Amino acid sequence: MTNVKASSTSGNAQPLIEARDLVKVFGGLRAVDGMSIALNRGEMLGLIGPNGAGKTTLFNLLAGSLRPSEGQICVAGHDLTRYGADRRLGAGLGRTFQIPRPFAEMSVLENVLTGRQDQLGERLWMNVLTPGRVASEERAAMEKARNLLDFVTLSKLEHEPARVLSGGQRKLLELARILMADPQAILLDEPAAGVNPTLLELIIDRVLELNAQGKSILLIEHNMDMVARLCGRVVVMAAGRHLIEGKPEDVSRDPTVIDAYLGGVH
Amino acid sequence: MNLELIAYGAFFLTMALTYAIIALGLNVQWGQTGLFNVGIAGFVAIGAYTSALLTTPDDPNRFGGFDLPIFVGWIGGAITASIASFLIGALTIRLRADYLAIATFGVAVVVQLAALNLEPLTGGPFGVGFIPRPFAELAGNPLAFGLLNLAVLSLVVGSTYLLLERLARSPWGRVLRSVREDEQAALALGKNATKFRLQAFALGGGIMGLAGATQAHFIGFIAPENYLPILTFQVWAMLIVGGSGNNRGAILGAVLVWGIWAASAGIVSAIVPPEQQARAAALQIVMIGVALCAILLVRPRGILGEERMISRHLGKLRTPSPTANSSADRKA
Repeated sequence: MTNVKASSTSGNAQPLIEARDLVKVFGGLRAVDGMSIALNRGEMLGLIGPNGAGKTTLFNLLAGSLRPSEGQICVAGHDLTRYGADRRLGAGLGRTFQIPRPFAEMSVLENVLTGRQDQLGERLWMNVLTPGRVASEERAAMEKARNLLDFVTLSKLEHEPARVLSGGQRKLLELARILMADPQAILLDEPAAGVNPTLLELIIDRVLELNAQGKSILLIEHNMDMVARLCGRVVVMAAGRHLIEGKPEDVSRDPTVIDAYLGGVH
Repeated sequence: MNLELIAYGAFFLTMALTYAIIALGLNVQWGQTGLFNVGIAGFVAIGAYTSALLTTPDDPNRFGGFDLPIFVGWIGGAITASIASFLIGALTIRLRADYLAIATFGVAVVVQLAALNLEPLTGGPFGVGFIPRPFAELAGNPLAFGLLNLAVLSLVVGSTYLLLERLARSPWGRVLRSVREDEQAALALGKNATKFRLQAFALGGGIMGLAGATQAHFIGFIAPENYLPILTFQVWAMLIVGGSGNNRGAILGAVLVWGIWAASAGIVSAIVPPEQQARAAALQIVMIGVALCAILLVRPRGILGEERMISRHLGKLRTPSPTANSSADRKA
């Protein structure tokens, strides 16, 4: 078992995401309490911990949905600490939600198209002033969106409203949506929760493939089998703090981790 | 007799079309973006007064007028209302739906009270008269006058509709819908929700201002009592009846609800004794309320409902099968 500083798996390269000493206070509760975490380029890192450990709060800090009370978040060397949630995907950091949030009344294809960044046609007047350029951009986006729908096996449903999708399909749709922006890093919040076993295999397969394509992935997951299959390194969080990290098989046997899951860390 | 009927029909439709423009503006704000604007009357009033001041002949008793051409007044009314919406939106657009409703309602009351009391600017309770009417030189021939006005209003509604349809089917319109559906998810996809909501609010407000301006010139006279909350209620009824989120629904709803409004006025004056008529006018509002309930029971999403929008660059959605689209063939 190693501590934070010594455990970097990819040599001296600067981590893609580096969060230092993050603190998030809700009233009297320190949900995240001096947590540091680093995601290396090309790595698949698991984040586990008992319920209430602050995993999702940490995720929301990294994704910009919450502002940290203290600490710093850098992505690819850029300090994004003060950026809002809408400026993370453009900076290369995409996230999915624990409970998927599709745009229910929009078609599956439209959901994916929304993930495109900096489209000319998103500027009001460009649709009137340069319709030709808007159209050609949109055609390119359409082709990419269809390829991504192929990738997540939702092509047949492209014209259906997203509300008809099952829980697992919604997770795949969220994945396709952020892939539209070609993020370097992906934050996956419990991709296995509430997904049937067949679809789960597909999700695992797609996540592995994305990682093989070079995407760095940070995964929150309760399913330890899945974490063991996917992640080379696991960080355990408890009571808002970094408890321990290491290989999945070592971590799951560690007495402090077992103690934390049984309620020993406060 | 027949000619009179046609002239009346033209008058009725022209009036209905001025409301259709307001409903189109509300559809951008509510139907597409989910902005709960309960201050419609205020934005309509801003457009109406601006255009009236720009186009009426000089009046020593108040500011202006500037005697400019009618279309300058219309554009001026739209721009002023749009700027006002932008400024009000910049302060309030971050508010949650219910708070935005209260804030916009307050704005409408302020605008109405300002129109009532700022006599040097608005003419106070007496309003602004002698607003030039398009084709006024033909007023002696009600039929030609009515039909030409109807043609002008149809043109304004038609071009507003085409512009809004183009925008609704553009990436911009798609972002508005994503913000309406789930703001958190839209943010996570890199969309600055506040910016898009503000744009929709200003565009919708500008269209309401344009509507107010056309209405003022069609009637030729405006006063603060034209811009009471009942106007906001009527327009909401129009959009909900026609189908929120659907531009054609906004136009259809405006014509239908204005029809109910006009017909109920006729019925009230026919069956209620003259001394009770002022009181019976409230029945008009009741009838619109009843019609609204009836339509929502039968068609909860309005008569037309929201269309499945698809990018205009894909063409219209023809069939749910993906193979119907030629660009999907490569997947086979």
